[in-house]
Amino acid sequence: MNKIWLITKREYVTRVKNKTFLLTTFLAPIGFLLFFLALGFVMSRGSDDLKTIYVLDEQNLLNGELSGRENLEFKFSDSSLDQLRSQYETDQFAGILQLRSIDRDDIAKYDILWHSDDQLALDESQSIERVVRRKVRDYKLKALDIDESKLESLDTRINIIPKTILADKEVSSMTGVVGSILGGIVGYALFFIILIYGMQVMRSVMEEKINRIVEVLISSVTPFQLMMGKVIGVGLVGLTQIGLWAILFPVIFAVGSTFFGIDSSPEMLDMANNPDIPEEVMAEGMDKVAVILREIGNMNWLMILPLLIFYFLGGYFAYASLFAAVGSAVGEDINEAQSLTLPIMLPLMFAVYIGVSAINAPDGDIVVWASIIPLLSSIVMPVRLPSDPAAWQIILSVILLVGFVFFFTWLAGRIYRVGILMYGKKASFKELWKWIFYKG
Amino acid sequence: MHILTLDNIVKQYSNHLAVDHISFNIPKGSIFGLLGPNGAGKTSLIRIITTITAADSGTVLLDGQALASAPPLLVGYLPEERGLYKKMKVGEQLLYLAQLKGLSEKEARENIKLWFEKFGIEDWWNKKIEELSKGMQQKIQFIATVLHKPKLIILDEPFTGLDPINTNLIKDEIHRMNDEGTSIIFSTHRMEQVEEICKDIVLINQGKIVLEGSVKDVKDQFKDNIYRIEFDGHLPANLQSSDFKIIDDNRESLTIQINEGYDSNELLRSLLNEGIQIRSFNEVLPSLNEIFIKQVENASHE
Repeated sequence: MNKIWLITKREYVTRVKNKTFLLTTFLAPIGFLLFFLALGFVMSRGSDDLKTIYVLDEQNLLNGELSGRENLEFKFSDSSLDQLRSQYETDQFAGILQLRSIDRDDIAKYDILWHSDDQLALDESQSIERVVRRKVRDYKLKALDIDESKLESLDTRINIIPKTILADKEVSSMTGVVGSILGGIVGYALFFIILIYGMQVMRSVMEEKINRIVEVLISSVTPFQLMMGKVIGVGLVGLTQIGLWAILFPVIFAVGSTFFGIDSSPEMLDMANNPDIPEEVMAEGMDKVAVILREIGNMNWLMILPLLIFYFLGGYFAYASLFAAVGSAVGEDINEAQSLTLPIMLPLMFAVYIGVSAINAPDGDIVVWASIIPLLSSIVMPVRLPSDPAAWQIILSVILLVGFVFFFTWLAGRIYRVGILMYGKKASFKELWKWIFYKG
Repeated sequence: MHILTLDNIVKQYSNHLAVDHISFNIPKGSIFGLLGPNGAGKTSLIRIITTITAADSGTVLLDGQALASAPPLLVGYLPEERGLYKKMKVGEQLLYLAQLKGLSEKEARENIKLWFEKFGIEDWWNKKIEELSKGMQQKIQFIATVLHKPKLIILDEPFTGLDPINTNLIKDEIHRMNDEGTSIIFSTHRMEQVEEICKDIVLINQGKIVLEGSVKDVKDQFKDNIYRIEFDGHLPANLQSSDFKIIDDNRESLTIQINEGYDSNELLRSLLNEGIQIRSFNEVLPSLNEIFIKQVENASHE
């Protein structure tokens, strides 16, 4: 045990002190920030030049009111279309928007003509369409003699409110959704952690094999101790990195957004400032946020949190030791490593796909079974956890995962102890299979 | 008392028998040569002693104890294929390896300091391994092997890649540790080093013991009763006898093979009678190298 700790310590310390670790840990949040700043810059610039657009409103449908994006200047004109078109070349305006008279009151479609050699940008045309749609609606209401308040009373919002029968707890329409999305985030995070740090375990094993220190090491410790120390050490590095990111990302983003004076979510502000969104929708949005927060608070964290940690550890150990086994089996040839990691990647990918479908249907047949089968369960079960799976499923899944973690680390250990001393032999699956049964 | 006892060790790999019923004892405090050509089974045998692999059958007693499943801490092993963490600092690396051998951090630090002083490399602590030359790395590797003061040190080709000065440095340390009671297994196919360093040897080939015993006994066993005489004066041209045969004659020296049962004193006496001035009279023993080649070639012809 003491020796595993020594190996873990070395693995952790050398990795955390490594320049690559420091760079990825501290530069990744800054990189993301720069990326978003650049994105915001591009999006806000896009078409920053002021554009003048002449509007020919033949029926005075707009009543002289038309607004769109800030860079668009609308000029209502009484000139004829031909006259405006002839000025296009000399006057250098962006184009002519022609709104023709509406001849029937019940038209389902209304065409606006855009005379120009340039296209309107997508958001430009959308903002124009939005204004015109409302004006046409107003026009139709008047023309068809419809009382607006009566029309609104036709609208009904539908909610499905769950009421439990046997279970003794409070649920709302959001319970399932909030739970699954949270679980989905955990599942995805686990997928990436297993992938990134599992690969690191593999590289670390390959490194020791290639620089030949491994024979010195295993004349001091057992191969199993060496493998476990490595798996734990790299895992702790992973947790450290994630922990640092959890602190650094918000801090750097907060600092970055105040420093550059850019709102991190221009879209949201747009929505909030947009007078087109009726107030009750806004209120509903706020309601939902409150419900979601309440739901998160309502979850049985005492049960979920330990289980999340359990599935995280179980999944990491099972996969990381398999990666270690592959690392021990290959030599310097990274291509060989790729073909051997494929069978490890497959269940991982499969689990993620099932996990995604579990967000929509946490109690589907395949999802339930995948949440019990080891290797899949580590990613699928966390998605299901917040939506309260049956107790027997959790218990079975936990027992199987514990058993399989021991089995996989044992299996990986068997391959590892032979593989690290095997040079110049091409590692095939048949070969690995034989190694498992080698004596000693 | 023996530091190591091997009894009927067998190790079978999928397509060949690497160790074929090998038994021998290594007395405490000896420098023991484990010899054999490449692929003879030396490394397989060492790996069994260090529990890196397990024997299929047979028993190993290390200092009177049967091997456990964990590597024995009283052994220090310098593998032929050696390496260190290239990016790690010399001091940290030695500290780590010594702790893996069961030393406390404090003990390890003290021992490393002693060895650094001994080799005059006190300022190497913060150097990275990759900054060192190959020979220097090998010195570090040697220190790593002996830091925990093992009772049995196994050195697999310890001098490859070392210049003569460093070879002597390490050789002296081996002798010094041996004087302090440490047993040493020296595995090699470089025979001139064996004659110089080892007292007892075992020669294995194709997994079997071909020869064993003290270096002197082995040489005696293979001597051809050849003597070399250096002299002044003139020998009669018709010097001949049914008791010996002249192999080589170049006026100032003679190489003579005497028949079984004939005494070297008799030869000397009859030569004295010829009226020449004898300057030296030596028995010509075969070098281990010759014995080695002969034995290995015999085995492969069979």
